Amino acid sequence: MEVNDLLIDNLAKLSHLSFNEQERKEIKADLQEMITFIEKLKEVNTDGVEPLLHMSDNVNVLRDDVVQGSVSREEALKNAPDSDGTFFKVPKVIKK
Amino acid sequence: MEQAFETVIGLEVHAQLLTASKLFSGDSAAFGNEPNTSVSPITLGHPGTLPLLNKKAVQYAIKLGLACHCNITRSNYFARKNYFYPDLPKGYQISQHTTPICVGGYVTVKTPEGEKKIVLNRIHLEEDAGKSLHDVNPYATCVDYNRAGVALVEIVTEPCLSSGEEAYAYLTELRKLLRYLEVCDGNMEEGSMRCDANISVRRKGETRLGTKVEVKNLNSIRNVKKAIEFESQRLIDILKAGDEVVQQTRSFDAVNGNTFALRTKEEANDYRYFADPDLVPFNVTTDFIEEIKSNIPALPEERIAVYTQKYLLPEYDARVLSEEKEFADYFEEITKHTSNHKAASNWMLGPVKSYLNEHGVAIKEFSLQPSSIAELIALTDEGKVNFSSASASVFPVLVKNPGKKAHDVAVEKNLVQDADKSEIINWVDQVLQNMPDKVSEYRKGKKGLIGLFVGEVKKVSRGKADPKLTNEILLQKLKS
Repeated sequence: MEVNDLLIDNLAKLSHLSFNEQERKEIKADLQEMITFIEKLKEVNTDGVEPLLHMSDNVNVLRDDVVQGSVSREEALKNAPDSDGTFFKVPKVIKK
Repeated sequence: MEQAFETVIGLEVHAQLLTASKLFSGDSAAFGNEPNTSVSPITLGHPGTLPLLNKKAVQYAIKLGLACHCNITRSNYFARKNYFYPDLPKGYQISQHTTPICVGGYVTVKTPEGEKKIVLNRIHLEEDAGKSLHDVNPYATCVDYNRAGVALVEIVTEPCLSSGEEAYAYLTELRKLLRYLEVCDGNMEEGSMRCDANISVRRKGETRLGTKVEVKNLNSIRNVKKAIEFESQRLIDILKAGDEVVQQTRSFDAVNGNTFALRTKEEANDYRYFADPDLVPFNVTTDFIEEIKSNIPALPEERIAVYTQKYLLPEYDARVLSEEKEFADYFEEITKHTSNHKAASNWMLGPVKSYLNEHGVAIKEFSLQPSSIAELIALTDEGKVNFSSASASVFPVLVKNPGKKAHDVAVEKNLVQDADKSEIINWVDQVLQNMPDKVSEYRKGKKGLIGLFVGEVKKVSRGKADPKLTNEILLQKLKS
């Protein structure tokens, strides 16, 4: 698989990242290297093998419907980049 | 010209499940808590936290699926739907993308053209997002994460509805079902039930679907109908003008009754779904399904069948009685104490319903026991009190004093028509003597005056004379 500028642009958009030309060049090269490495796996014949979605054999780990474990608002807002003491504040999403 | 087109509609309904805690964390799922107080590190998406699936949410989703005749998926896992939005703390929503817990199924609705099965594509579990508030602060969007992580089911129909009318009937039926099953309160104004409509229009005979438009922000069943009707006409007008429909997401403006474009989809969304590695798969066993099945109450259609076929009630009565589960349950309680089913229905649809409406009381909070209604029915069936006194005078006293016996109240209020024949004859004589003119008019042929005489006797007797007996005696006396 070829890592081209179009793919880099799309990934940058999806991950909300921006970088300069030099960084782009490095990322493109790194990504190409990683993908080429991983693509080695394509050589294995996986016909009739179910995809492995989970690493453990555990199933049905459920909890009862009990209210517990909330933190205080003060604690919840402590790590927020911006807040007014009640709400998390983010840049305006809808321009009026 | 309009007949040359047909509208095709698919509906997506999000229903908040009535669990006490969220889908993957123990935070309270209650509506209306103080902002950002029902949040845990799991809800806030802090690193290192592990979600844990709420068993009750799974039971509720299956319960709804069984009631909608769906196939229940035995092997389930959750996927991550990746996108950035401030109300989504983790940067992804956990949703059953690949293995919806319920597949297929249908909801039967009544339309003017008869019964129609609205076919479902799927019902799946997912978590709700937080709430963005745009008008608290002029320079920032404020976010409340109380709702983030609340358990939802998304109920998706096939594109099989053809009008706003049908959508209205389907949503009404679905909401009734959600409430009967007690899995969602179905409150569209508060957002515990939300609906998006996918609408497209095509020329009749065309088999491919037209370009669809998605309409959001429909906060009542009536508005869904209005939005579909507006949008369908707008799309027809575009096609008639020879233009092309643009695939869009639009919002409904309830004030003006129209829709406006929110965003145009330039490219398909790329959500990069993959299995959530933090959540182990869950399997649904036959025993688990059977246990849920045994807890499903009799549903509206089943009750309507019993009321019309076994109790021989008119279909109208049966439908109104079964509109709400608690109301139907109350009615059925009365029928345990009386065999006069029609009278029980009359009491429910008449005095009980008016009282509840007038006082804004839910049947659950109604003070009167169903057995008291049965006592009232017995009182009128035995001819001791007529229906109008029973409903106008005895019923209100019983509602205020739920411990009292209907018969005692009737006696206290002097309403029991227990006067014997000789007493009634005396009252009749008295009345006829006082109205010689009317008597001669009657004898000359003005037979309508009989009502006046009965009324007078009722007055003189202060309601104690049985009207039927009074009538008989009067007819006899007036003949001679």
